[in-house]
Amino acid sequence: MKRTRSLLPFLLPGLLLYAVLFVYPSLTGLYYSLTDWDGISPSNRFVGLEQYGKLMDHIVFRKSLGNNLKFMLAVVLLQSSVSLVLALQLWRKSRFHTALRSLYFVPTILSSVAVGFIWTFLYDPTLGLLNTSLERGGLSGWTQNWLGNPKLALYSLAFVQAWAHIGQMVILFVAGLQSIPSELLEAARMDGGSRRQVFFRITWPLLAPAATIVVAYTTIQSFKAFDLIFTMTSGGPNYSTEILSTFIYSTAFTNYSFGLASAASVLFLVLIAAITFIQFRLLRADRITY
Amino acid sequence: MLLRFTRAALLTGFGAAVLLPLLLVGGASLKSAPDFYADPLGLPKQLFFGNYSALFENQPMWSYFRNSAAVTLGTVGLALLLSGMLAYGIVRSRSRWTQAVYAVFVLGLAVPSQVNMLPIYSFVRRLGLTNSHAGLILVSVSVLLPLSVFMLAGFMRSLPHEILEAGSIDGAGEWRLFATVAVPLSAPYFAATAAFLFVIVWNDLLFPMMLLNGREKLTLPLAMLQFRGEYVSNYTMLMTGVVITALPMILIYVFLQKYFITGMLAGSLKG
Repeated sequence: MKRTRSLLPFLLPGLLLYAVLFVYPSLTGLYYSLTDWDGISPSNRFVGLEQYGKLMDHIVFRKSLGNNLKFMLAVVLLQSSVSLVLALQLWRKSRFHTALRSLYFVPTILSSVAVGFIWTFLYDPTLGLLNTSLERGGLSGWTQNWLGNPKLALYSLAFVQAWAHIGQMVILFVAGLQSIPSELLEAARMDGGSRRQVFFRITWPLLAPAATIVVAYTTIQSFKAFDLIFTMTSGGPNYSTEILSTFIYSTAFTNYSFGLASAASVLFLVLIAAITFIQFRLLRADRITY
Repeated sequence: MLLRFTRAALLTGFGAAVLLPLLLVGGASLKSAPDFYADPLGLPKQLFFGNYSALFENQPMWSYFRNSAAVTLGTVGLALLLSGMLAYGIVRSRSRWTQAVYAVFVLGLAVPSQVNMLPIYSFVRRLGLTNSHAGLILVSVSVLLPLSVFMLAGFMRSLPHEILEAGSIDGAGEWRLFATVAVPLSAPYFAATAAFLFVIVWNDLLFPMMLLNGREKLTLPLAMLQFRGEYVSNYTMLMTGVVITALPMILIYVFLQKYFITGMLAGSLKG
């Protein structure tokens, strides 16, 4: 007890800042979601659950919810599978492997605004890399308006999101692979296990914790892709790339429906919590420890 | 043989997928506008630095750069100080209260900033702290505290406990133990945490966009968005902006890679 008291000065400053600028606003957000506040005027009216009811019938909200799930699935599938395949080829501590991993990591440290600009250029329908390459390769029928086609734009963005973070996930997978005791793999091979058997019986089960982290992290990351989407399409064309965070932003700051946007934020949090919970249930279930 | 070939193709393939876009951006920034539109993807016929000088002449680039540096250093510095102290308190005392404090921070990890950006914004406006770097720094620190407390407490748990106990028996106070034992011993951990936070803050768009509006206050990512309005599909200028924003980060990464990687690993394990 005496020690706790002498440690109090270490805890107080951080705790105070956190309480004032994080915890307290979060709670007021919950309250705003029950009002009709526009975000500016000094007064607001308590409307109960009305904003939540409005959201249920709100076409753009429903669309952004669906887009968010599609975006999440596309990013998680692409990012986790590519990074797993690369990590399996690239997990040694050799200089060559380390150098390549460092190169792969570079897009991760770039700002989403920079990444967004880079890919807006590469996706440009007339002078970008993608369409130019397709035309020169004799596939001009395949050229696309990558960001302008409402059916395609969300997936074009998912591709960029994965491009930027595959290197990060490779490093997470490699950390998992390097923690597998090499004696285990050698023993399995000495006993005549084929490559395939060794992978499915030993490597894969032991990689499960790393895979759990990669999938969970990628999911959350895809929900936070605000900066990238805001930079590249701002939710357009025709709301085809609107996700929850861009919806919340434009509802609050362009349409001045602060109450409605706050209700969407609360639902956003509930959704993230639910998805995280389900994932951990599913993925932790088949964890194996040797 | 075939396997080895596929493996090499795969690894260089993704390497090219990372490198080629970056080279194209660098190339575009070194072409004059007519050269660029004649051949957007080829090598520059002659190196043209006009975009760089134009950008520095027409935009207060140094001021954007200073703003980004001030906000990033201020945020990372304050976050490390506060979370270092918190982590020390949490690791040193095992009372129920300190563990509850830790739990409150870990809970904050689950709340993405897009969820509470609105109430934070309206609260900061009520305090009159919008369009000020100090306000942005305080908000960024409070949003990052859960992450940095989690990382540093995780690291500090692995410090040999006996050293602190021995110091404590010798009569050293907690502040002295913190400053002369705990911090020096965890210096590499502080560096890793700093690198991880640095990337997040330097690149952040959301909070600067909500809290800053004066041209003289903008940070680099925010200024870049502004360029897009001014140089509508003027790719050579935009790509020059990308190079200028990204270059400092890439240089730091090249020299301090180790810390970026350990920091990223520790920061991602929060799942």
